[in-house]
Amino acid sequence: MSTDKPSVAVWKFASCDGCQLTLLDCEDELLEVAGEVALAYFLEAGLTSVRGSYALSLVEGSITTADDARRIQEVRQASRTLVTIGACATAGGIQALRNFSEVDEFRSIVYAHPEFVETLGTSTPISAHVRVDLELRGCPISKAQLVETISAFLHGRRPNISGRSVCSECKERGNVCVTVAGGTPCLGPITHAGCEALCPAYHRGCYGCYGPADTTNAPSLVVRLREGGMADDDIVRVLRTFNAYADDFRDASEAVAAGKGAE
Amino acid sequence: MKVDGAASGPVVLDTAGLAAAVETLIGDGWSVIAPTVRDGAMVHDVIESVADLPTGWGDKQEPGRYRLRRRDDSARFGYAAPAQSWKRLLFPPRTTLWRAHRPPPGSADRDAGDFVVQVATATPRYAFLGARACEVRAIEIQDRVFLGGAHTDPGYRAARESALVIAVNCSSPADTCFCSSMDAGPRVASGADVVLTEVAEPQHREPWYLAEAFSDRGAALLRRVPSAAATPEAIDAADAVVANAAAHMGREMPDVDLHELLSESLEHPRWDDVAERCLACTSCTLVCPTCFCSSVEDVTDLTGTEARRDRRWASCFELDHSYLHGGSIRSGIRSMYRQWLTHKLGTWFDQFGTSGCVGCGRCVTWCPAGIDITEEIRAIAGPHLQEVTP
Ligand code: SF4
Ligand code: SF4
Ligand code: SF4
Ligand code: SF4
Repeated sequence: MSTDKPSVAVWKFASCDGCQLTLLDCEDELLEVAGEVALAYFLEAGLTSVRGSYALSLVEGSITTADDARRIQEVRQASRTLVTIGACATAGGIQALRNFSEVDEFRSIVYAHPEFVETLGTSTPISAHVRVDLELRGCPISKAQLVETISAFLHGRRPNISGRSVCSECKERGNVCVTVAGGTPCLGPITHAGCEALCPAYHRGCYGCYGPADTTNAPSLVVRLREGGMADDDIVRVLRTFNAYADDFRDASEAVAAGKGAE
Repeated sequence: MKVDGAASGPVVLDTAGLAAAVETLIGDGWSVIAPTVRDGAMVHDVIESVADLPTGWGDKQEPGRYRLRRRDDSARFGYAAPAQSWKRLLFPPRTTLWRAHRPPPGSADRDAGDFVVQVATATPRYAFLGARACEVRAIEIQDRVFLGGAHTDPGYRAARESALVIAVNCSSPADTCFCSSMDAGPRVASGADVVLTEVAEPQHREPWYLAEAFSDRGAALLRRVPSAAATPEAIDAADAVVANAAAHMGREMPDVDLHELLSESLEHPRWDDVAERCLACTSCTLVCPTCFCSSVEDVTDLTGTEARRDRRWASCFELDHSYLHGGSIRSGIRSMYRQWLTHKLGTWFDQFGTSGCVGCGRCVTWCPAGIDITEEIRAIAGPHLQEVTP
């Protein structure tokens, strides 16, 4: 690997690889800079130590094992800039549902030899372990935001990643609001922008795959969902998907699960 | 009301006359934009003929709720404010202000400078068909924002100065409308080229229109389409439509000095109350026809040879809207909501000599939490209201 090109490394922790597929999907764009960056993939969660040093590390996945908790420290040490990509890396992912329950129970039900499965009791975001310079949200991340982030990194500028709500993008795109005009439940008002309001553009409510926006009021949205006829069980379920353990979503789902605020 | 030389007074257009007006405009190269039905709401879009207008459709608007409904007549303009405003066209949600290109080293262009900068210039020719009194008033307010003062917006100017406005006096205000109490409707007072009043007839008959020219361009258009002179009866019928609309305003802004009230109410407990309901979703500001905030984003491509500056809509409900060095000065929903209401209804007067609200009701209808600004004002004004209405 040449030393004068900025080196970009991609690391994988507990995740489904969907975000890396977004990276592969950027091949045309990335080929343009193939001469300018050296790209290294570390897809296997091997037990070997992290080698080399990297100008930019893109980290996919959450921390679910003691080995991963150690490896992320090494990745941080080896990286000048560390960007987490996707809901797993930024909020613990769908696997953070374990945080609401007892992992040992699942383990003995799911695996024939649970004694061989070494895992932590929680799935935690990268930011719970090391300093993170930027988080890219989404399940999976948006190709446009990834290219924007790498471009910004290469040219030493601030990436244009806004923490406003999905409603902003809905209005920008000219969608008719599915909640107001159709009564469809939508998490858009409390969800972080970045998808360009994809689901509402196809007449579906937002599922919150980008996690909480900068400023949210999940308890108020819960009131609206109830008014719209959604049962508390369903409200808990809709808040507990890809970003179940992101603070604002978690607090709201726990309050609903505990029966708080219900009439 | 009418301009000099504009004319010979109001005329009556039938469907053929309206169709001819649309055809004439398209033939002259205008993009004719009008309300159309899409995804369960009225949405402005390019139309090819009068057949694209939402004949027989009406709406039902409430706080946080919008539904289309069938009317029992053949009106083409029998509904209140569409989902978004004409702002989308004059002040687009996202636009590129300029682009820069870095030619390869050694090329002739490269000698001229590191970057070749190109300022984006679009010159659309929009004809807005069906703009309401509140909407025309909102355009006049945005004119003060973008064209008043020393620094004007060239993109807005280009779109605005060419735009032809064929307004329609309102016949069917929604439950969320309060233009009367903002002195912004339902009758169009100025700012249009032609003003129509639609007189609807039962389903099997076509509606007809009283048409008045408010400008030379409007008069020229009317002269080119088939029409009949307006009889006193026709004028009375049209007046009755607008009078009926005025009598059916869905709500009312309390009649208080809003500027004074809000400047005295910065610590009112109601801000905490509304902060519990508001989602900080930005919808109200983005659908509001007068809100003008934007943010610029500088973008470079991966290779560093192309750069551009984009401008996009922004809102005081975004955390970054008040970001100064080190943090955001309005970090909670209480202060964000207070900014919206105090700016819109209060400090707007200091800035532009007018209210920022025309009573179109969009922020009420399209708020996913169903927050109604007239209700918030009523709560804040509480004691003041009792003083004026014993
Ligand atoms: S559809 Fe959802 S995201 Fe879009 S404006 Fe409505 S509530 Fe917001
Ligand atoms: S504040 Fe609300 S009612 Fe007033 S002009 Fe804006 S969107 Fe319309
Ligand atoms: S109310 Fe908010 S979004 Fe609207 S113009 Fe004022 S500061 Fe901007
Ligand atoms: S007032 Fe309503 S539309 Fe405006 S930000 Fe709050 S929730 Fe959204």
